[in-house]
Amino acid sequence: MKPRSKRLLLVGGAVALLVGAVALVLTAFQQNLVFFHTPSEVAEGKAPAGRTFRVGGMVEEGSVRREPDGLTVRFAITDTAKVIPVSYRGTLPDLFQEGKGAVVQGTLDQDGLFRASEVLAKHDENYMPIEAQYAVDQAQKAAQTVQH
Amino acid sequence: MIPELGHFALILALVLSLVQAIVPMVGARRNRMALMAVGRPAAQGQLVFIVIAFVCLTWAFIESDFSVRLAAANSHTDTPLIYKITGVWGNHEGSLLLWAMSLSMWTVAVTVFSRNLPEAFMARVLGVLGWISVGFISFTLVTSNPFERLLPGAAQGRDLNPLLQDPGMIIHPPLLYMGYVGFSVAFAFAIAALLTGRLDAAWARWSRPWTIIAWVFLTAGIAVGSGWAYYELGWGGWWFWDPVENASFMPWLLGTALIHSLAVTEKRGAFRSWTVLLAIGTFSLSLLGTFLVRSGVITSVHAFATDPTRGLYILALLVLVIGISLVLFAWRAPRLAGGGSFGLVSREASLLGNNVLLTVACAAVLLGTLYPLFLDALNMGKISVGPPYFEATFVPLMTPVVILMMIGPFVRWKGDDGGRVVRKLALSALASVVLGVAIAFAIDHVSVRTVLGLALSAWVVLTSAQLLRARLAERPGVAALVRLRGIPSAWWGMWLAHLGIGVFVIGVTMVGSLTADLDVKMSEGQTAGLAGYTFTFRGATERAGPNYDAATAIVDVERNGTRIATLTPEKRVYRAQRMPMTESSIDVGPFRDIYLSLGEQVESGAWVVSIHYRPFILWIWMGCVLMGLGGIFAASDRRYRRLAERTATATNAKHAG
Repeated sequence: MKPRSKRLLLVGGAVALLVGAVALVLTAFQQNLVFFHTPSEVAEGKAPAGRTFRVGGMVEEGSVRREPDGLTVRFAITDTAKVIPVSYRGTLPDLFQEGKGAVVQGTLDQDGLFRASEVLAKHDENYMPIEAQYAVDQAQKAAQTVQH
Repeated sequence: MIPELGHFALILALVLSLVQAIVPMVGARRNRMALMAVGRPAAQGQLVFIVIAFVCLTWAFIESDFSVRLAAANSHTDTPLIYKITGVWGNHEGSLLLWAMSLSMWTVAVTVFSRNLPEAFMARVLGVLGWISVGFISFTLVTSNPFERLLPGAAQGRDLNPLLQDPGMIIHPPLLYMGYVGFSVAFAFAIAALLTGRLDAAWARWSRPWTIIAWVFLTAGIAVGSGWAYYELGWGGWWFWDPVENASFMPWLLGTALIHSLAVTEKRGAFRSWTVLLAIGTFSLSLLGTFLVRSGVITSVHAFATDPTRGLYILALLVLVIGISLVLFAWRAPRLAGGGSFGLVSREASLLGNNVLLTVACAAVLLGTLYPLFLDALNMGKISVGPPYFEATFVPLMTPVVILMMIGPFVRWKGDDGGRVVRKLALSALASVVLGVAIAFAIDHVSVRTVLGLALSAWVVLTSAQLLRARLAERPGVAALVRLRGIPSAWWGMWLAHLGIGVFVIGVTMVGSLTADLDVKMSEGQTAGLAGYTFTFRGATERAGPNYDAATAIVDVERNGTRIATLTPEKRVYRAQRMPMTESSIDVGPFRDIYLSLGEQVESGAWVVSIHYRPFILWIWMGCVLMGLGGIFAASDRRYRRLAERTATATNAKHAG
């Protein structure tokens, strides 16, 4: 092989590698985005059916109860405007509490029950998860515009 | 009085950092020895004052001086002494002070250990480090003064976040910061070299050990952080692809590329522009990591406060650093062309391939980490990118890296015969595939991921053995021990670090394939089974810790009728913040961990217990230990010191003549 064609092969190989890698990254990216929706949006049917997404807000007061198996927990997430019932099997995070912020990830059932595969609460006593705060703010903003 | 003393010391440190930033730079430009010589004492004096400031702040924590706002917010009279001390950096302001102190330590280390550098070069290195120091100390003083008073003082403190009251958290932040900040030395060397316009093999040789040591600290810091998450967060995960973890992993990936690129620049004078760009990129990612973690744009245990001015300040610093370095690079780049040419099959080519792949992997992590933030900032909706994305991109990108990583050392510099390399490695390759499939069948878990992971680790282990044999065969007729001792420590470093990757891959694969979890409701006397182990719940008792109250469960673990361990997972409530915490209990073993955490109490006497079986998880951290050891060996190679001295005298002589 001449040095020129050798170099061409090297550059060509590197470019092919790069294109392949970028294609791989972008496809994986497309397939694995998890969107966030507020309870109001979910109630309006804006959430994607059959796809994993996140809902955030406050855990409604008095909504947490355990099913007889002792492991499955039912509770409701609210942005003060709409309420989404959630079912989750497993251990809840330490800072999961009624009246406090939480974000759940999972899919929506046909009968409107959100089956969570993951429950995220805050890390520290003082801060609210950003997404949960956002959901509540949105709902309150919407409520104000209705009043006006 | 003492906090004010600390505040004053920090201001003096800022003044000295300004001196260090300006005077030696001017001296280097005008070729004035007297001005250049100011750099060293300025850097050393700066360290003295930062240490005074740090000690004063620590004093406020130890003495529970709650008229200092930071101590009131992060400490408590009942906090154990060690966590009073670590509480100093368990918050935004204190951790910035730690950042500035590590930078100062690195700078002084450069003045001590790189004494043989040409004076003008050293002056520029110190100047660049001085500017970074100015940026960080002024950031601390202007936006995040750790010595701020609380008037009137609080009667009692709010205690340190209980998640951070853990032995792992004692050393994780300092290690990680030493790593982050250490890359500023590589950066300063690169900028100094750009300024002088002399980016040659000598520059690569000077900066290589520093880069490797920073990389070792970062590796250790990430490993400790991952270990902490594993036992402290209560469900046995070791890596979450959380933005904060990614923030430390990105500089690690690029830093790894940098180390290898420096090797080529040192040995063959090639890849010079690429090496400089990597040095700039790695340090920029360290700053980006600091920004992501400290600005509060991400909610996590690390995001202490959401004050937008702080985020803006770091962002401005980041833009300045990247902007100035890239302009400088564009200006000097034309001088960087050249370097040895190399063939398609050569060690350079294999290192180039790995460099590209590591950079792409880093870019993929960057995309997944930043894209949600961009969308959010532009008000285009909220999304999150979870572990599936990172796994889907990372495994295919890292597979060729691991394969190439073991081919590279067999290939000669400049050019080699492809057929020779193939003949040499064909048997190992075949054996790895066979072993991968066979072990997957043996553990009864045949999936693409498992076979791939096992085959890759077999490949690393087999070729490592082959590499060692080939190396020893180079000097026939000499006693084995003498031959072993004759191998330079840089070679051992490479060998160990690569082997570490293999051990790490074994751990990741086995944990990924054979993990088992069980959540179960248990009352006294009840048993549960998982992965061949029997767990018997012996009840729960109450106990009072120094600053918390705990419920402790007692669980016996048996296998085939013999008792292996008694585990005591706890549910704690920290008194000051009324914060509940799960304290897991783990039986650590070389081939498996048994991990218990205690959930809630359901009915009287019954508790939810989470049982996790984690095969080979220790190997993940053993792999990291080997990588770190490899780094230490590589950096301590005698050759560096000798060569550095020789080139230093040579260049000094040239300058004189």
